Amino acid sequence: MGLGEIGYDVAHLLGGAMLLVSFVLLAQRRLEAVTGALALQGVLLALAAAWQGHVQGAGQLLLTAGIALAAKGLGIPLVLRRMAAALPPAQRADAPGPLAPVMLGAAGLVALAFLVAVPATRGAPVLARVDIAIALAILLLGALMMATRRGALAQVAGLLTMENGLILAAVGVAGMPLVVELSTAGLVLVVAVIAGVFARQLGERFGAQDTALLDRHRGERR
Amino acid sequence: MLSALGLALGGLLGLGLAGALGLAARWAAFGAAAAAALFALAGLLGGPAVLDLPLGPPGAALRLSLDPLSAWFLLVLGVVALPAALMAAAGGIAGRAEAAGFPLFLAGMALALLAGDVLTLLLGFEAMSLASWALVAARHPAGAGRRAARLYLGFAAFSGLCLLGGLALLAAPGAGFAAIRAAPPEGWRAAAAMALVLLGAGSKAGLLPFHLWLPLAHPAAATPVSALMSGAMVKVALYVLARVLFDLAGPAQPGWWGAPLMALGAATALWGALRANTERDIKAILACSTLDNLGVIALALGLALLFRGADLSPLAAVALSAALLHALAHGAFKGLLFLCAGAVAERAGSRDPDRLGGLIHNMPLVAGAALLGAASAAALPPFAGFAGEWLLLQALLQGWRLADLAAQLLIAAALAAAAMAAALAAAAMLRLIGLVFLGRPRTPRAAGAGDAAGLARVALLLAALFCAAAALLAGPLLGLADGAVAALLGGAAGAPVHGLSLSLGEAGARYAPAAVLGALLLLAALLWRAVRRAGAPAAQRGPAWDCGFQPPPAHLPFGDPLTQPSAAGAAQPLRRALGPLALALREAQSPAAPGAAAPARLQVAARDRGFGALLAPLARARRRAGHEAERLRNLPLGACLALAFGTLVGLLALLAGLGRP
Repeated sequence: MGLGEIGYDVAHLLGGAMLLVSFVLLAQRRLEAVTGALALQGVLLALAAAWQGHVQGAGQLLLTAGIALAAKGLGIPLVLRRMAAALPPAQRADAPGPLAPVMLGAAGLVALAFLVAVPATRGAPVLARVDIAIALAILLLGALMMATRRGALAQVAGLLTMENGLILAAVGVAGMPLVVELSTAGLVLVVAVIAGVFARQLGERFGAQDTALLDRHRGERR
Repeated sequence: MLSALGLALGGLLGLGLAGALGLAARWAAFGAAAAAALFALAGLLGGPAVLDLPLGPPGAALRLSLDPLSAWFLLVLGVVALPAALMAAAGGIAGRAEAAGFPLFLAGMALALLAGDVLTLLLGFEAMSLASWALVAARHPAGAGRRAARLYLGFAAFSGLCLLGGLALLAAPGAGFAAIRAAPPEGWRAAAAMALVLLGAGSKAGLLPFHLWLPLAHPAAATPVSALMSGAMVKVALYVLARVLFDLAGPAQPGWWGAPLMALGAATALWGALRANTERDIKAILACSTLDNLGVIALALGLALLFRGADLSPLAAVALSAALLHALAHGAFKGLLFLCAGAVAERAGSRDPDRLGGLIHNMPLVAGAALLGAASAAALPPFAGFAGEWLLLQALLQGWRLADLAAQLLIAAALAAAAMAAALAAAAMLRLIGLVFLGRPRTPRAAGAGDAAGLARVALLLAALFCAAAALLAGPLLGLADGAVAALLGGAAGAPVHGLSLSLGEAGARYAPAAVLGALLLLAALLWRAVRRAGAPAAQRGPAWDCGFQPPPAHLPFGDPLTQPSAAGAAQPLRRALGPLALALREAQSPAAPGAAAPARLQVAARDRGFGALLAPLARARRRAGHEAERLRNLPLGACLALAFGTLVGLLALLAGLGRP
């Protein structure tokens, strides 16, 4: 399978769209828009999984797609949006940091991901190779988002983006057992729940979701 | 043969497991003795062979190979390990940890010697390091011995890391030795690999400045383990040096590679011999003498590299033969001496010469064995240590044949150092024997000591037999190393052997141990006869001359200790003259007050200069690094995330950079 064939092209289209949404997430200021973009990425992930299921003829990927649609596309974004809406208006926006360096850095990370993943997967099918490179780029962008944002909810969004990248890599590899995907998804769901509870507590205690507030309250400070 | 050796290795692992479970510690020692006998036999028979073990990492089985060089060192290992294991069976080791560690230690050394690829070599080397550390630590739950064990572990880890780096530079992981030989490293890679291997194997062998652990860790272990560590373990490190520098790096490397080895070897020999003259613990004296002998062997190896680089193959063969022969002789006499020291410590209750003395009367067997070992260590002809040192000095005296003036000067300096180290080693052995076995007992316990009995006696006799064989059969034994010498020098020259004697060519010097022994015996017989003829016709009994001692006062039935030299007193002249070279001395005088009955005292505390020069700066650097790392704990949350993220991106960038074809 290669360039110009429908299976390859659609898989790339979906992966590239997810990567684009990652850039949108990085630059987005309002939390409502962040949750919206996150939902869009979840839906795209579900589509990618379903398409891979169709191309590889693997029925269990359809199940993965369903789970992704329900959890990533609808459930988690809705919960996050409700939490964001409960915040006072002044806190519903979260500065993404200096935009130009972050965007340039993100572009550099995408290049790095391709530089690493393409030589490392020599011998694998072409479809899987590019898929893995895109997934690694999405993962790195999620980590960058976690590192540059200060608000708790935006950091949760970054974490979920990383998990999206992981799932995309998993569905791209033919023959990956379903249990791996399910357990990964379950793990991240638990982490997301904990992070949500944490963000809520943070908001109730300190009246804001800026994680820098926590620095004064760490133990063992000399 | 290799299949039997592989089975022996497996058997040793099983014995270690049984020992760890607390089953049959004594049989573990007997099994180790059987394995050691097998190693010695394999060393004697030799023969090239290669065997792939049915285990290892994916795609690369562990490979055993037996060639002349490994056979020679296997012989050294067997010669040391057989009496040591018998001594262990006689009660030299106790407890589950030692019963488990002893066979594993032996197996690690044998695996390192038999390795046919890099991974197996590292595996054996690290098993040897860890097992010997465990054996030291098991004996000392706390206190100075435990600190020595920790110091040893630090040096062993450093040595393992350097060796890992050096061998990784030589070859891809899993590559067999044959593949490395086919494509030897060149340029900076070869030099860096040489430096790293020198650091790694050198610190394991105790070369300066990484010698600090050796005089502390070797005496701290149980007697058979001390014998193995001093007699065999350091030889494994030297084997790795010889294997990499001579064999794996190929014959085309430059001669200056020998220079650092020569300089370090000469310095270590002097340092060790000097310290052996000032120590106050009989096992520590022996450990320092190990430093001395190790330095001599390393010096000989470096000299062989220098000669080989200058295409003087016959001289390189003499120097290499000196190293190999001295390695065997040192294994034989140092194992014997450690077993004697262990017997003394067990029977007479102390390792401090100031609490011993006069043991030759009550322990004739141990004293005789120790005399044999000490005469060998002092390199007296025709004893075991002489042949190797003679060959080395002969090779050093030919240094003028090198064209390079700097190399000539280096060899001249090394010659002076080697001669001085030999003299100092003889002085140290004289002091050891004189303090421990001659004179009068200094304590009641020493006066009541009994001779070694049972299996310990067998072990001592066997070790003494090996020592005597190494002395008298130096020629035929070196003939066994002929293959190794020829292989390491590219087949250009063999070992300098002629029949039963060592010979440097047709017109050159010769050394025939049997002839020297015969001449000495003849001389002694003539002297005895002359004395008999000239002396009184019949034996007359009279009051014994008391060796100049005062008659003991009534309250001190074993004599006044002050009328005999103490260990510190016997060391005083050399310590005053040369001590400050190696030792930081602190002397405290407390003169007697006028009219007081108390004696005046001079107290001397000595500490190796390496502690101040190497370990103290290291400790300061560690403390500073700790403070710097402490600041990381106070980073804000965002910075923590950024740190992790930055590390990830950095590693990926490294991967991308290295992944370029």
